[in-house]
Amino acid sequence: MEWFVQQLIYGVQLGSLYALIALGYTMVYGVLRLINFAHGDVYMVGAFVGFYACTAWLPFKDLNAHPDAVTTNIALAIIAMAIAMAVCAALGMVIERFAYRPLRNGLNRQDARFWGFVGAIPLAVAVSDQGAPVVLAVYAVSGIALGHVLCPVVAWLRRRTVLSPSRLNALITAIGVSLVLQNGGLLVFGADPRFIPTIFPESSIALADGIHVGIGQLAILGVSIALMLGLRHIVLHTRRGRAMRAISHDIEAAKMMGIDTDRVIAFTFALGGALAGAGGFLVAALTHVKITPMFGLLPGIKAFVAAVLGGAGNIPGAALGGVLMGVAEAFVSGSQHLSTYRDAIAFCVLVVILLVRPAGLLGQHVPEKV
Amino acid sequence: MPLRPAHVALVVALAAVIVVAGCRQRSVAPSDEILVGHFTPLTGTTSTFGISTHRGVQLAIDEVNAAGGVNGKRIRLVTEDTASKPDVARTVVTKLVTQDRVVAVLGEVASTRSLAAAPVCQSHQVPMISPASTNVEVTRKGDYIFRVCFTDDFQGAVQAHFAWDQGWRRAAIFRDIKNDYSVALADSFAATFRRLGGEIVGEQSYQEGDADFKAQLNSLKALRPDVLLVPGYYSEVGTIARHARQIGLTAPLLGGDGWDSPTLVAGAGGPGGALEGSAFTNHHFSTELDSPHVQAFINSFTTRYGSKPDSLAALGYDAAKLLASAMQRAKALDGPSLRDAIAQTRDFPGVTGMITIDANRNARKDALILQVVGERFTVKRAYSPEQIGL
Repeated sequence: MEWFVQQLIYGVQLGSLYALIALGYTMVYGVLRLINFAHGDVYMVGAFVGFYACTAWLPFKDLNAHPDAVTTNIALAIIAMAIAMAVCAALGMVIERFAYRPLRNGLNRQDARFWGFVGAIPLAVAVSDQGAPVVLAVYAVSGIALGHVLCPVVAWLRRRTVLSPSRLNALITAIGVSLVLQNGGLLVFGADPRFIPTIFPESSIALADGIHVGIGQLAILGVSIALMLGLRHIVLHTRRGRAMRAISHDIEAAKMMGIDTDRVIAFTFALGGALAGAGGFLVAALTHVKITPMFGLLPGIKAFVAAVLGGAGNIPGAALGGVLMGVAEAFVSGSQHLSTYRDAIAFCVLVVILLVRPAGLLGQHVPEKV
Repeated sequence: MPLRPAHVALVVALAAVIVVAGCRQRSVAPSDEILVGHFTPLTGTTSTFGISTHRGVQLAIDEVNAAGGVNGKRIRLVTEDTASKPDVARTVVTKLVTQDRVVAVLGEVASTRSLAAAPVCQSHQVPMISPASTNVEVTRKGDYIFRVCFTDDFQGAVQAHFAWDQGWRRAAIFRDIKNDYSVALADSFAATFRRLGGEIVGEQSYQEGDADFKAQLNSLKALRPDVLLVPGYYSEVGTIARHARQIGLTAPLLGGDGWDSPTLVAGAGGPGGALEGSAFTNHHFSTELDSPHVQAFINSFTTRYGSKPDSLAALGYDAAKLLASAMQRAKALDGPSLRDAIAQTRDFPGVTGMITIDANRNARKDALILQVVGERFTVKRAYSPEQIGL
């Protein structure tokens, strides 16, 4: 019994993490019918931003040397989380603007300039042993020049291409963005694992004999629930939220009703990015797992499964799916003989649930309009 | 905007720069040079291992060249990055062997990648020396495949003997189920520990990248183990130790050479954190060893790279030095002669201990038990193959 309750607690805590990431997947899916595979990698960026905030940007104190610095550390941790959320929201918008929007609307001049600067990166790397001023100068000049060169190419492409609303294109682009973020992360951050220093000493509260809840776990659960409630409020009770739901319902009709769909979609990505950023920071800071450029890979896949399990596009469904995944994982991996088959069992559960309820637990089956 | 000649010129100029940059490295080996290949993970998930090893190898080659080279010829190192991927390892080794026509190959660190590349070297009769792949299967790939480190069979047995000698009788195992190294090392430990009379009270597994280990550790805690064997990589061990302490599992942790990294202690919450007092087996190298040739290596490494060498750098250094010594002894530099010369290595004074290549092309050498004390790893004791009856 004790064991059962204890595993349940671990499961709910792990599940709340999956739920937080799953929300980002499901929101974008709900609005655009796009599985944003880069979401897990935005979560990774959130963890890295949190790491730099805690070790370099903010005056965190080492608890071994200053045992009384707990309160300031917690206050700084909240600021660090806000920074991670802001950076990831911005990253979500940049990804949407330069990877997904051109697939919907076609390329324009701004895209050409952006890709000019992306294309100039190898040149900057090629002269990287010449010192920072030279590198910056080469990068700026070649970026502008390349963007200039790309302008007519983009214009030519724009004349030639017929936009197709294919979801496959967007999906493959999403996988591409994910790979870019992972390998870009390797380039920028390196493969060395990083750890966020201890923010507050972690004691646990005894609920009963042999059943404990860690303070860190409670903090993760509390912040996750607060963020989910905040998201619920935005989606259900604000103009932007109503616009998101309208686009989710019928994007063409929403456009005709005067909704600036591009802006609302960008907002959706910002919201998803902020959630991922918060999740990345929380996990890295409170479970003490290593931060590497592959940080988002496994949680991203699990959260994606959670989103599908709960019903893709359904926000309460994503939360439910995440918690279910976490609890199932805790019980299977805690058992004596099945722990090796943890993921296999989790995915078998997914298959069974999807066979019974093809739209997910809380998803509604909407027949395709022909 | 139409395509203007200026644009075309710019594109051509950029293309030219890229092409020139790409061609820079290609050249044909002059006859007074010996080409040696090195494949190592300079990027990807295990790049810290690869960079360390490469520094050790490069230092050894430069020292050999500075001392007059091999029979008057300079050694030129051709380094290829495996990006921490087995398929890339296979491709780059094929390139080293068939295009660069190197006389011997050094690498890889990780057993999975050495296993992927070994058949290429074997079929082209090019000797390959792995500095740090401990999985038993690596040198079974053929008679051209060698290593300068011990095997997991030996390492696991040492761990079991150490645990037994500490008076620990009940051991629990927590291994990375997707890592060949971790799985084999745990098996080897369990076999020896049971033979000595100990009991494996429980076994759980995790995967690299997991966000939580408490569920599994909570099940192991109920079994009241004296010691928890975690034969994984340093990147997870610190977190596992913290989670274990958080849920009240107080048994010391025991690990293998995968723990050896300056980052290990940081992951466990800093000095005096969750790993304090835990121990691991490692290659016979420590910056605390005071024999003169080890200290000489540490000095020249520190002068050149600005940081102290870890055991991977030392193993890379030994692999390259052992190869150079075999080249000097070999009748000729063709595959079979070089293979025989490497196989005949006896009591080679490496910085990771005396190296004798045995009949299975593995290095027979001692292992160290290192204990985590503050930020440092202190040498607790050494085990030789004879001591544990191998």
